[in-house]
Amino acid sequence: MQLLTQRAKPVDRRPMNWIEKIYLWNIFKGMLITLKHFFKKKVTVKYPEVKRPFSPVFRGLQVLNRDEEGRERCTACGLCAVACPAEAITMEAAERLPGEEHLYREEKYAAKYEINMLRCIFCGLCEESCPKDAVYLSETFAPANYSRKNFIYGKQDMLIPDPIAHPEEYAVARGLREQTTKSPS
Amino acid sequence: MTVLAFDWSFAIEKLVLIAIVITVSLVVAMYATYAERKVAGFMQDRLGPNRAGPFGLLQPLADGLKLFFKEEVIPTNSSRFLFILGPCLAMLTAMMTSAVIPWGGKVELGGRIVDLQIADINIGILYVFGVVSLGVYGIMIGGWASNNKFSLMAALRGASQAISYELAMGLALIALLMLTGSLSLRTITEQQIQGNWWNIVYQPLGFLLFFICSLAECNRAPFDLPEAESELNMGYHQEYSSMKLGFFLFSEYINMFISCVIIATLFFGGYDMPFVDEAKLSGVAALITGLVALFGKTFILIFIFMWIRWTLPRFRYDQLMNLGWKGLIPLALINMVITGAVVLYTMKAH
Repeated sequence: MQLLTQRAKPVDRRPMNWIEKIYLWNIFKGMLITLKHFFKKKVTVKYPEVKRPFSPVFRGLQVLNRDEEGRERCTACGLCAVACPAEAITMEAAERLPGEEHLYREEKYAAKYEINMLRCIFCGLCEESCPKDAVYLSETFAPANYSRKNFIYGKQDMLIPDPIAHPEEYAVARGLREQTTKSPS
Repeated sequence: MTVLAFDWSFAIEKLVLIAIVITVSLVVAMYATYAERKVAGFMQDRLGPNRAGPFGLLQPLADGLKLFFKEEVIPTNSSRFLFILGPCLAMLTAMMTSAVIPWGGKVELGGRIVDLQIADINIGILYVFGVVSLGVYGIMIGGWASNNKFSLMAALRGASQAISYELAMGLALIALLMLTGSLSLRTITEQQIQGNWWNIVYQPLGFLLFFICSLAECNRAPFDLPEAESELNMGYHQEYSSMKLGFFLFSEYINMFISCVIIATLFFGGYDMPFVDEAKLSGVAALITGLVALFGKTFILIFIFMWIRWTLPRFRYDQLMNLGWKGLIPLALINMVITGAVVLYTMKAH
């Protein structure tokens, strides 16, 4: 028979000798192995205190991005909703009124932007399809919740903190991303 | 009239001692569950419980509380009285064995000579065996009263295991008793303190047999067929829930503690601290060294019990019976004959 791997070992089918028959020696050897593991370094990560770092390409919760002046980038073009294979994104567009230039970057903006986190499969196609770099997937994942309604995330849940008013929170929300991706022009 | 004269201080002393012994057994058993999970975790490269309190030290309390809050289900067709009696009996027999164990030497406290043993009866070992045999009733009644064929089968399995290994256990002990010439645990301990060696030196095979049998008696892996969590889905306590289940599980840990104390007493000199002459120490110092020695030995033995559990896979039922009847009993008989011959030859017999 053709072996699939190089690691296969033939089973020793010799009859047991006297030492093996009384088992005690082999039990002792087995106990030494468990004792060795007793003193080994543990692999457990103490989760709430210690968090494993995510890879820079990890696709977690969506974040709605702002530009350098703190204006929302989204222009409610709907490309993300079209690209979404799970049909999790719904949005409503609205026109920017005079005097709102410091809030929205383009003349049109998303008045309502919702992602149903129960539908979302975190594929990242919304991020890829966005021409304005307005949505991206962060390094956190959706926390547990008590009701289905609360899993529909709105703008207030996903919008990144203002980089001018709250620079620290903004930096936290950006996370590893700032170092790995070029800032879009 | 001295017949009715009653030594009240004696009664109070014993009652206090009983209360202390039972509390200590319960606390040790409680923390044995914690230690078991910690040992299991460490041997599997994990950390074990570490969330409840510092290092997870409050975990046993949390577990107990959880069991109390669980819904208590008594099956409709079960025999209600026996159903409740089962876990009570298991708990009672587990606790009763502690009565004859010498926890330390005699000590003078406030002008009274206090004996750190609830009852120094001259048939201590026989008493232990009698009570341990009663423990089977807890299993049998629990399984039978559940009115569930699987519980009954499991109870039969557990009872037959306990009975088979009790035989080998008793035979292994007879060889030891030939050497000591006494059934009193106090005398056996004192002989080991006065003599040069602990009994394990004279009876290595006897110790091994006794140790294996006590693993089986405590329903510990690799002999934990009565419950066999993984493949048989519990056993005689299948129908139990809430604190009644807790009693069954807890009584096993008490059993483990008590049998470790008994092994330490019989084979490792009891409260004899090695390399220390107790006779030279003052009363309280001797008491403390004795307690430290006994509990140290016991905890090492408990660790070995757990170490074995997390190393070895479970026996198959036929292997279990083969080992018991064809392996341990003949070995115990041979050990007995050899010991008898040696005792007769050296005339060490008392």
